[in-house]
Amino acid sequence: MLVHTAFDRAEQAARHWATAGCPVVIHVDQNVPQATYGAFAKALSDVPQVLFSRRHRCEWGTWGLVAASQDAAELMLERFIDVRHVYLTSGSCLPLRPVDELIDYLNARPHTDFIESATTADVPWTVGGLDEERFTLFFPFSWRRNRFLFDRLVEVQRRLRVSRRIPRGLVPHMGSQWWCLTRHTLSAILTAPERRRRDRYFRRVWIPDESYFQTLARLYSRKIESRSLTLSKFDFQGKPHIFYDDHLQLLRRSDCFVARKIWPHADRLYRAFLSQSESEANLQEPRPGKIDRIFAKAVDRRTRGRAGLYMQSRFPNHGWENGVTAAPYSVFQGFAELFQDFVPWLARATGTQVHGHLFAAERAEFAGGQRVLNGALSDNAGLRDWNQKAFLTNLIWNTRGTRQCFQFGPRDSTDVMWHLVRDPNAQISVVSGAWAVPLFRSGGDFSALRAEAAALQKAEHQLLDQLRSPEAKARIRIWTMAEFIEAPMEPLQLIIDEIGQKEPRRLAEAPIMQDLAGFGRFLQDLKNQGMHPYLMGDFPVEPAPRPSASPARKPYLVKN
Amino acid sequence: MGAWQSYRLRLQRKRWLIRALRKRRELRCVADRTDRIRPSDLIVFCTARNESVRLPWFLKYYRDMGVNHFIMVDNDSTDGSLDYLARQDDVSVWHTRGSYKRARFGMDWINWLLRRYGHGHWVLVVDPDELFLYPFCDSRPLRALTDWLDASSIKSFSAMLLDMYPKGPLDAQPYTAGQDPLEIASWFDAGNYSVTRNARFGNLWIQGGPRGRVFFPDQPERAPALNKVPLVKWDRRYAYVSSTHMLLPRGLNLVYDEWGGEKASGLLLHTKFLDTFNAKAEEELTRKQHYAGSTEYIAYADGIRDNPDLWCRWSEKYINWRQLEILGLMSKGNWA
Repeated sequence: MLVHTAFDRAEQAARHWATAGCPVVIHVDQNVPQATYGAFAKALSDVPQVLFSRRHRCEWGTWGLVAASQDAAELMLERFIDVRHVYLTSGSCLPLRPVDELIDYLNARPHTDFIESATTADVPWTVGGLDEERFTLFFPFSWRRNRFLFDRLVEVQRRLRVSRRIPRGLVPHMGSQWWCLTRHTLSAILTAPERRRRDRYFRRVWIPDESYFQTLARLYSRKIESRSLTLSKFDFQGKPHIFYDDHLQLLRRSDCFVARKIWPHADRLYRAFLSQSESEANLQEPRPGKIDRIFAKAVDRRTRGRAGLYMQSRFPNHGWENGVTAAPYSVFQGFAELFQDFVPWLARATGTQVHGHLFAAERAEFAGGQRVLNGALSDNAGLRDWNQKAFLTNLIWNTRGTRQCFQFGPRDSTDVMWHLVRDPNAQISVVSGAWAVPLFRSGGDFSALRAEAAALQKAEHQLLDQLRSPEAKARIRIWTMAEFIEAPMEPLQLIIDEIGQKEPRRLAEAPIMQDLAGFGRFLQDLKNQGMHPYLMGDFPVEPAPRPSASPARKPYLVKN
Repeated sequence: MGAWQSYRLRLQRKRWLIRALRKRRELRCVADRTDRIRPSDLIVFCTARNESVRLPWFLKYYRDMGVNHFIMVDNDSTDGSLDYLARQDDVSVWHTRGSYKRARFGMDWINWLLRRYGHGHWVLVVDPDELFLYPFCDSRPLRALTDWLDASSIKSFSAMLLDMYPKGPLDAQPYTAGQDPLEIASWFDAGNYSVTRNARFGNLWIQGGPRGRVFFPDQPERAPALNKVPLVKWDRRYAYVSSTHMLLPRGLNLVYDEWGGEKASGLLLHTKFLDTFNAKAEEELTRKQHYAGSTEYIAYADGIRDNPDLWCRWSEKYINWRQLEILGLMSKGNWA
C-alpha cells in the first residue's frame, strides 16, 4: 500500500485488510515529515500483520513509485511465505467488496496475473501526446515542477532524433499502475539477473509506474488478465476521478473489488464499505459499466460541452462552438409577404412553433403574440439588438424539443444574418423580391413607395450576398419570386419534408397566395421611375402572372 | 496581449493593492478571532450594511456548507448588525464609517483583508444577499469542491449572479430573520442572458435576467453585470478589480472554456428582491453610494413604482442545482 496523505484513512484501510487476514506492507512517501510518519507507524503498531518498507521519495511520473513498489513487494514476499497474490493499492483505495470475496475470486484463479498491459503501438490512451516516446527519450526533469525544461528537452530530443535503445527482449507495455500479481511473476521480475540493467533503463522512462511491471509481467506471467481489479477512472487531463458519498449506490452496484480515489472526507463511503460483514457468496465479476459511462460523460462535457449553450463557463471561440445553436430551426424570407396566411398554415402543416418576424424593428414577434417566451426571453427590441446572437442562441436553447420557425426579411434588423448563415442548424428559404408585394398592395403614395422599394432591394441584395458566401453552412434555398410562383407547392413540399416533423405525406392544403393581379404593372411603374426591381425575376407587364379571380377561394391540391 | 498591456495591468493591480493598504486605516477591528483560522480553513469575506435581518440565515447557510470562518466588514450599520456579528464564535468583524463608494464599493477594504488573512486559503467573497451554489452542493461539502479544484490545479471558480424574485409584488411576503429567503424569492429567469467577452481583463461580461428585462429594457448596455468569480485560492498578490466581477492577474478570470467544452461553475442565488428591497432602494437613492451614481437604483425606483411584479409566465421556479445545471446556467464540467 502506497501512502502519502490522509493517514487516518490509510490506517482504516490497512486495518481492514489485516483483519481479513491479509498481510499489509505500507510504503510512506519520503516527503512526509518524520513526525507524521512516526505517528502513523505507531498507530498501526498493534497490528502484527502490518509492516513498513524502506521509504522512497515519490513524485508523480517518476521512478520513486516503482522503487517503492519493488521494496514493498520484496518485503512482502520475504516475510509472508503464504502469500500467493500481491495486490498493489494506495492509501486512497477503498475495498468495495468483502475481502473474503476477493480471496475466493483469486483462489479460483491461482495462476492469473491481473495487470492492465497494452502495447503502446496499439492503444492511443495517453494524455499529452507522449506514448512511444516515453520509452525512447530521456526524462531527467520533473513534469510537475519543471514543465518548461521538460517540454524543451522533449523538443530538442525530437529534433536530434534521440532514440534510446530498449533493452533486448522487452516490448513496451503500459497500463494502470494498480496491479495484482502472483508470487511467481512478481518474484521472477524482482530476482531476474537483468534487473539492474532494466531498472537503470526504466529509471529514465517517463511514468515508469505505468510501464515497469506492465512490461516485465509479459515476460514471466503464465496467464495475464489484462485488466486492473482496481476501479480507477481518469479524466481528460489524466488525473484520477474522485469518489464521494453520493457515489455509494453506484460503487455498490459496480461489484468492483477496490476503487480509487476516494475523497478522504467521504465518511459515508468508508463507513459503508469498511464495516459491511454480510457475506452471501457473491462471485460476480466486476461490472464498472455504469461508472464508466458517468465519467465518460463528464469528460465529454468538459471537452465538447453542450452544443448551442453560451454561459459563464462555456464561451467558445469563433468556429469552436461545435454547433452555433442547440437545435435545427427554419428561417423564411418572403413567404409571409407572398402568402396571406403563411404563419398559421406552416404551424398546421408542420406542428412547429412559428414566429413572425423575430428581428422586426419594433419588437420580436413571438408566436401567438406573446410578449415573453421560454426562458423569460423578452420581445423588447432594445434588449434583443444589444446582443442579437445571444437572442438567437438563447431562443433555440430555451425551446429545445420544439422546432422553431421564424420569418425574416430586409425590413428587419439584419445583423444576425451572418450567424444564421454560418449555422448548420439553420434552414433558410428565401423568395427574393417578395418584399415588393406588401408595397404593391398598400397602394400608398408612389414616390414614397419607390424610395422604400429601393431601400428594401438594397437591403435584400446584401442579405443575398451573405447567403451566397462560400463560408455559408446553413441549408439555403433561394428562389426569385417569378420562379417561385410558377409552381409554389413543389418548393414548399421540399422545405416541409426537410423539417420532417410529421410523417412524410403530400401537403393537403396550400397557403393562400396574395392576389397578384397588376403586380407586373406595379414593377413596370417602378422601372419607369428609374428604380429597377430585379430580385423578383422577370414578370411580364400584362397579363398578371397568376390571376386568381377570387382570392378567398383556397386552392386545394388533389391528394394522390 | 502585448507586453505593454500586460505591464499596465500589472501596474493597475499594484495600484489596487496600494489603495487597499491605504484604506485599511478606515477599518476598526471590533472582534478579532483570526487566530482561530487554521491553514486549511475556508473563509467567507463579506461587507454588510444594515443587513441584520439576513445575517442569521447567511451565517447558517455557509456554516452548513462547511465554511470555517467569516471575515466581515460592517459599514456603519444602525440596526445592530455589528453587535450580532461580534457575538458569533466564528466571525471576525471590522467596523468602518468610511464611504462605501470611495472604498470602490467596499472592494478596497475586502482586498486589504484578503491580503492580510486570505493568503493560501480558499476564500469566498459574497454579499449578504448572495447564496453560493455549486454542483453537488446537496451531497458534498464545499471542501470537496475546493479539494477537487486543488487537485485539478484550478485557482478560481465562476458563479454567475442569478437574480431570484417572488411571484407578485415584492412587499407581499414579509421576510423574517432566520428564514430561507428562497421560500419567498423562489423564481428566476432561465434563458435571457447576454454574454460577451471583455478583451482587456479576459473575463466574460454577462447581463440580462429580470433586472435587464424589467428595469433596463431601454438601456441594456447599463444593465448590471452578472458574471462573478467569488471563490478563489487566494494569494496576497491578487486583487479584485471591480466588485467580484473580475480579478487581476487576469488569468484568474479565465473561468470559461474557449474550445467548446464546459468548465465547472456554480451560481450565486441573489436574493435581493425581498420586501426589504424597496426601503433599501430608497435609501441608496439618497446615499448615492452605489455603482455609477446608483443608476441601478434609480432604474429600480422607477421600475418598482410602475410594475412591482418581476414574475412572468415563463419564470422558472427554483428546485435544486440539478435543475439549474440542466437549464445551462451552471455546469458540472468534468466533476462527476
